[in-house]
Amino acid sequence: MASSVYLCLLRAVFLVCFVNPLIQGLSEDESVFQNPHHQQEENLTGLPIVTFKWHHVETPYLVIIWVFVAGLAKLSVVELNHHVISVVPESGLLIILGFILGGIVWGADRAQTFKLLPPTFFYYLLPQIILDASYFMPNKLFFSNLGAILIYAIFGTCWNAATVGLSLWGCYEAGVMGNLDIGLLQFLLFGSLIAAVDPVAVIAVFEEVHVNEVLFILVFGESLLNDGVTVVLYNVFDAFVALGGPRIDAAEIFKGIFSFVVVAFGGSFLGIGFAILLSLLTRCTKHIQIIEAGFVFVVGYLAYLTAEMLSLSAILSITFCGICCQKYVNANMDEKSVTTVRHAMKLLANGSETMIFLFLGVTAIDTEIWVWNTGFILLTLLFVFIYRIIGTFLFTWMLNKFRLVPIEVIDQVVMSYGGLRGAVAYGLAALLDEDKIPEKNLMISTTLIVVYFTVILQGITMKPLVQWLKVKRAAHSDLKLIEKLNNRAFDHILAAVEDICGRIGDNWWTRGWNRFEENYISWLLMKPKARKNRDYLFSIFHKLNLEDAINYVSEGERQGSLAFSRSDEAANVDFKKQFGSEFADVMPNIMVDMSNYELGIEHFSVTSIVKDTIPSVSLDIHGQDRKNAMDDINAHHLLQQHLYRSRKHHRHKYSRSHFSINQNEDEVQEIFQRTMRSRLESFKSTKMGVNPAKKITKHHKKELTHKMPNGHPDGTGHLYGDEEVEGLCVFLPHLIEAGIENPVFLPDMDSPTHSPPWLMETEAVAPSQRAQRRLPWTPNRLRRLAPMRISTCSTDSFLMADVSLTLEEHEEHSQTDHVEM
Amino acid sequence: MGSTNSTLLKIPNVEVLMQETGLKLVAEENCLNVSPAHIIRLHDRFKALDKEGRGHLCPHDFGAIKELAMNPIGDRIIGAFFSPGKETVDFHTFVKILAHFRPVDKDRPKEPNSPEPINSRSNKLKFAFQLYDQDKDGKISRDELLQVLRAMLGMQVTDEQLESIADRTIQEADLDRDDTISFEEFRKSLEKINIDHKMSIRFLR
Repeated sequence: MASSVYLCLLRAVFLVCFVNPLIQGLSEDESVFQNPHHQQEENLTGLPIVTFKWHHVETPYLVIIWVFVAGLAKLSVVELNHHVISVVPESGLLIILGFILGGIVWGADRAQTFKLLPPTFFYYLLPQIILDASYFMPNKLFFSNLGAILIYAIFGTCWNAATVGLSLWGCYEAGVMGNLDIGLLQFLLFGSLIAAVDPVAVIAVFEEVHVNEVLFILVFGESLLNDGVTVVLYNVFDAFVALGGPRIDAAEIFKGIFSFVVVAFGGSFLGIGFAILLSLLTRCTKHIQIIEAGFVFVVGYLAYLTAEMLSLSAILSITFCGICCQKYVNANMDEKSVTTVRHAMKLLANGSETMIFLFLGVTAIDTEIWVWNTGFILLTLLFVFIYRIIGTFLFTWMLNKFRLVPIEVIDQVVMSYGGLRGAVAYGLAALLDEDKIPEKNLMISTTLIVVYFTVILQGITMKPLVQWLKVKRAAHSDLKLIEKLNNRAFDHILAAVEDICGRIGDNWWTRGWNRFEENYISWLLMKPKARKNRDYLFSIFHKLNLEDAINYVSEGERQGSLAFSRSDEAANVDFKKQFGSEFADVMPNIMVDMSNYELGIEHFSVTSIVKDTIPSVSLDIHGQDRKNAMDDINAHHLLQQHLYRSRKHHRHKYSRSHFSINQNEDEVQEIFQRTMRSRLESFKSTKMGVNPAKKITKHHKKELTHKMPNGHPDGTGHLYGDEEVEGLCVFLPHLIEAGIENPVFLPDMDSPTHSPPWLMETEAVAPSQRAQRRLPWTPNRLRRLAPMRISTCSTDSFLMADVSLTLEEHEEHSQTDHVEM
Repeated sequence: MGSTNSTLLKIPNVEVLMQETGLKLVAEENCLNVSPAHIIRLHDRFKALDKEGRGHLCPHDFGAIKELAMNPIGDRIIGAFFSPGKETVDFHTFVKILAHFRPVDKDRPKEPNSPEPINSRSNKLKFAFQLYDQDKDGKISRDELLQVLRAMLGMQVTDEQLESIADRTIQEADLDRDDTISFEEFRKSLEKINIDHKMSIRFLR
């Protein structure tokens, strides 16, 4: 809850930076800076302590208030009703909430002061959504289905536009709509703007439904590309309308088609150009890591605006920019920047999506735009729905003749039903020129109705439909190395079989492209270093290890300290898998639950891991809780006393360009040496079998055991058995002796009479029950840990391991300390 | 159909081939197995590969395919064409092996008594499995996996990294903790993958 509030606020704050220019769109009031005399007059009367300067801040203030409201709306929509949201999609709820907010504004002003204006939408809200969608596009899936997507996006959209426009015109001619001032061209224009499936609405609904990935990429890819197509189509028809019916001849039509091609492909190529620019740019941002993430947004937006300026398709431009640059940008940038981009992108896209749906609702509460024509509106709804279905089946039928895996009928039904219209259609409708199209308001209201109908009604019924039809769902799957490995093997096998058959097939092209890409494109666009270790399998492996490490740490934190990992389940990093394979048969339900916690590549976030880790480790540790309580109490005290106190250099906190603290070489060396020494000591003593502490142990035993009873009101002592207590107690005097001094700074203590605390302690605790319970480090387990060290490929990991050893040492201290208390 | 039938007859042993692999059905119904047109095409290809015209192929015939030589696991795939102890592959076996890669026919009626088709999911998997399992003991050992990994990952990864990747991979699949992957484990670990999609070639349809 708290985190989501925080996120919402963060989102609002972030939006401020980017949506400030929203000014023109959201507020009708043009007077940003009102007449300055006003104040001067006031000044004459005396010096005002404070003044109320509403007009100075009015516009940005309104914008930010709306952003804030949108954030709150999203928050309430998400938090209010986890059960309602499973019925009504979020987008639908936001629109409904928009109705309410619009109603409030209307009630106050008697007019709709705030509405979604096309420039706001197209320049400030849409780009980041498209960029987000394309930047996180699963590229392989997208390109392997590119043929189908293009067919749907180009021909499907043209089909929709033409049939809807023509059918409406036919019905109009038949007299169903009464007296309207619309010609054939205007109908076609309307058809073109209503034709496009909206990516925003589609993502919003389909993400909640979890259909299988091929179906998703088909619908999603189509919706993304056909936005571009529809805008181009719209512009062509708009030009035709401006030209007027009689002046259109074959040459003009041909020019129209030609311009369609130029605009669409020009936009795409421009986007690819910007993608190359962006990739090259991130090659050399090593020294400005802090702002390199920003380039992704800036260049993406630049691609959009440049295309707009050249009257090419801006949506296609930013789409291809995102799709093409992702691989190189992610490889070139620092891992932190990649994370930053990911989060900022999601933040922006989610924010504007919320704004869009909210304002689609708010805009509706306005008497000005509503013109009712039953025939026109109902027929539009009907045609939009029917031709979508016919078009989908028609094109799928053609595609299935060529597809390796045909698209199933059920999937086709979902595809046609997923033809949600959204804000793009509304934006285009609002862009219509009232001089040329007298019935603009009718078109806007019809578009709005189509949008509400599809987003709300089809959105609500989508989930039941998918369930009812038993559409293949996306499998919640763990990221598995063996799967990736075999995918790679399959690719090679298929390519080889094609070679043997002597035919040029898909795999031949794929391989040819991959080779070209590897040899030339990567060479150009990727840092040499990134190129070297960018092997896909290896990066998967690396990612898995990172997950394990995070799980390990978060589990440790959950347990109160990292002690658990060394106590009972030593070195068992991979809780889930271990747990899963052992208990899968016994507890199927739990396993099902656990699958919800799987970390997808995209949804990889630290918070979710921290929240969701299954505490399987604690299962068989009796009394773990009690021990924890004790650990918690002591840990702080202990750490303060004995952990190596790193000397942080806080000056970096003020720096805008450097995050890292405590990278002091000397210090690392110091820690290293210290650990090594303690290791050596313990090694020596066990090897020799000499135990200088033994005598002392016996000596102190009596004295300490009679101390015990009042020392432990909670009775935790019994946990460790007598032996343990004995061992623990031994150390006490030395602890006191050593005081709170950091052992590192003690003089060299190799003299036999005065044994150093860490030596003492490791020796004394060794025979304890707890230590005996420690599982042996089987080669298998060791091997699991090994990759973690090797994978990071730096000495750091070894140092880290050593540091954790020191931690262990202090954990042992905790036992002693406890006795002391 | 007449012309294709006459071409079919030119292929040596075609009768036997069709009978043994059930390809006869195919010639008539055209949609159940490798279709005649494909058999002819494959036969042409076979003849082209068999430069000396012996009627069978040797490993070096495959080695002559340029792209295949560049394929990191190309030699293993070639090896899959030759049953153990045999140095040659005739057209019959050649087609049978390639038939693994036909897409599965969805609308094919299930006959309860019919043998498992050669392009079934588990047969496809078996083909992939035997590429790893070079010593044919029914298990992928760590070394076998390591060899494949080394071939596929090549220069980009160090040996230590390769080893840890291999270990991790085995751990993922290894259910009975014997540090090898049996076919059953292999099949289980790839349950989520759409094998029909990944191990099928369109033109063999």
